[in-house]
Amino acid sequence: MANIISDETIEYVGILAKLELSDEEKEQAKSDMGRMLDYIDKLGELDTTGVEPMSHVFPVQNVFREDVVTNGDMRERLLSNAPEQKDGMFMVPKTFD
Amino acid sequence: MAKEYETVIGLEVHVELATKTKIFCGCSTAFGAGPNTQTCPVCTGMPGSLPVLNKQVLEYAIAVGLATNCDITRYAKFDRKNYFYPDNPQNYQISQLYLPICRNGSVEIETKDGGVKSVGIHEIHMEEDAGKLIHDEWEDCSLVDYNRSGVPLIEIVSEPDMRSAEEVIAYLEKLRLIIQYLGASDCKLQEGSMRADVNLSVREVGAREFGTRTEMKNLNSFKAISRAIAGETERQTDLIESGEKVIQETRRWDDTRGESYAMRSKEDAQDYRYFPDPDLVPIVVSDEMLADIRSRQPEFRSEKMKRYKEEYDIPDYDIEIITGSKRMADLFEETMAICRQPKKVSNWLMGETLRLMKEKEVEVEDLRFSPENLAKLIALTDSRAINSSVAKEVFEVMFDTNVDPEQYVEEKGLKTVNDEGALKKTVEEVIAANPQSVEDYHNGKEKAVGFLVGQTMKAMKGKADPAMVNRLLKELL
Repeated sequence: MANIISDETIEYVGILAKLELSDEEKEQAKSDMGRMLDYIDKLGELDTTGVEPMSHVFPVQNVFREDVVTNGDMRERLLSNAPEQKDGMFMVPKTFD
Repeated sequence: MAKEYETVIGLEVHVELATKTKIFCGCSTAFGAGPNTQTCPVCTGMPGSLPVLNKQVLEYAIAVGLATNCDITRYAKFDRKNYFYPDNPQNYQISQLYLPICRNGSVEIETKDGGVKSVGIHEIHMEEDAGKLIHDEWEDCSLVDYNRSGVPLIEIVSEPDMRSAEEVIAYLEKLRLIIQYLGASDCKLQEGSMRADVNLSVREVGAREFGTRTEMKNLNSFKAISRAIAGETERQTDLIESGEKVIQETRRWDDTRGESYAMRSKEDAQDYRYFPDPDLVPIVVSDEMLADIRSRQPEFRSEKMKRYKEEYDIPDYDIEIITGSKRMADLFEETMAICRQPKKVSNWLMGETLRLMKEKEVEVEDLRFSPENLAKLIALTDSRAINSSVAKEVFEVMFDTNVDPEQYVEEKGLKTVNDEGALKKTVEEVIAANPQSVEDYHNGKEKAVGFLVGQTMKAMKGKADPAMVNRLLKELL
C-alpha cells in the first residue's frame, strides 16, 4: 500500500464526519482509506495535459424552473420523519451559533 | 514617536433576493408563515430529492453583476460547501466556489473629501440560505424552522479596498441603492435581507503586507457596523502595540455590550471540502440571455438625476433626495405621470412626506399613500376646492391610511366655502366682535388684519380661502 493513513488523519476525518470509531474500527478505516487512495492514484498515471476539468458527467446544461410557487404546506408529512418535534418544528440537541 | 496604523476592510455582503420561490424548489419565500409550512423534501434535505435552479435567481445575480461592472461568467456551476449544523439539513450548503456567476467588478463611492473612490468587487455568487434555529429554554433543546432554508442569496465579496467606517457605509449604501433600483431585493439590514460581514485587519501606514484579518458577524445596522469597525480596529491595534498576535478567526459583535468575541472553538475545524454539486447541471450564459437582461436594466440613479434635471424644473437638492431611494423616485414618477406637475409633487414629497416620516418614524419602503391619491390631493388644491392648511391635514390622514382625498374632503365637509355671501356674513360678525382690532387697523396697524383673518378662518373652521377672506375684510373695514 503506497498511501499510509496516520492516526492524526483518521482522527481528523472522524471529527469532520462526526463519527466516533473504536480503535479496531480506526485501524480498519486506515487500511480501507489507504487502498482507496492507491486506487485513485491510478488516475494520476494518465496524461491529462490540455484536458479541461470536467464540471459534470452529463452533457446537459441550463436546467431551470420558473419562479412560480408549486409547493403547498407539507409540514405534517415532513415532520413525520423527525425523531422529535415541537410546535411544528424539528427538535434537535441544544445548539449555539 | 507613536506608530501610525491604517485599517484595511473588505466586506462580504449577503443579499436575500426578492423571488417568489426558493432557489432550488417551488416553495414560497413569503415572510411570516407558520414554522415549516413552506418546506419540501428539497429544502429539508431529504435523500433522493433533486434541486432545480430558479431562473429568476440567475437573472437577478447577472443583473446585479452588470450594474456593478462585473465580468459575467459564461460557464458557471454550483459547488457543495460541507459543514454540520442543524440549520443546514443537507449537511452542505449549495454555493459557488470555483466558477461564481460574476467576477472582477467595482462600484464608485464618494469619499469624505468629495472625491470618488472605486471599490473592487472580487466576485458575486449565488447560494442558499439556512434555516432558523430557535432555542427552547424550557426543553433545553433547539427547534428548527426550515422556511428560510433554500431562500436565494447572492454574496457580494469586495476587495480589501476600504479604509474607514465611512467608506464601508458609503459602499453599502451604493450597493443597496443599485439592488433596490433593480428590484432584486429590499435590502433591509434590520430585517436581515441584507447582511454584511466585515473582514478587517490593521497594519502600519506604509506597510506592504496586510495584517492578519478577522471576520466579524452579526451587524444589523449601519451604526452597529461603525461601532464594530471602531472596536475591532482598537482591539487589533492594542494587540499589535503590545507585541501580541492577531488570530485569524470569526468574531461575533455584541452591539449592546460594544465588544466582540470569538465564535468558534478549535475543535470545529473550518474545512468545507468543496466539490462540484452533481445534482445541478452547469449554467451556460448565452449572448442572447445577456443581451436580454441588459435590455431590461432599469434607469439607475445617475441617469435619473440627469434626466430629472433636464426634464423638470426642480432644485438639485430635491433631485438628490428623491432619487436617493427607489421607492421615492417611483412615487414621484407615478404621481407625475398622472398630474404632470413636478414642482408640486416634489414639494409634497420633500416637505410633508419627509416631515411626517421623521415624526412618525416611518421608513420610505413603508410609505402607504398611493400616487393616485397624491395626484388627487394636488388637483383639489389646484382647483382651490381646499386651502393649503386643509390639504396638509388631509395629507396626514392619507399618510396614515391612504384615504381617498376627494372622498375624505367630501365626507368631512372640508371644502372651502366659496359662497361670498356666507363668507361676508362671518366677516361682518368677526368685525363686530373685535372693535379693538378694527380700531387698531384704522390707526395704521396692518397686523390687525392678520388677527381678523385668523378669527374668520377659525369661525369658518378653516374652510375658507384666506385670500378671499383678506379681500372681504379690507373691503368691509
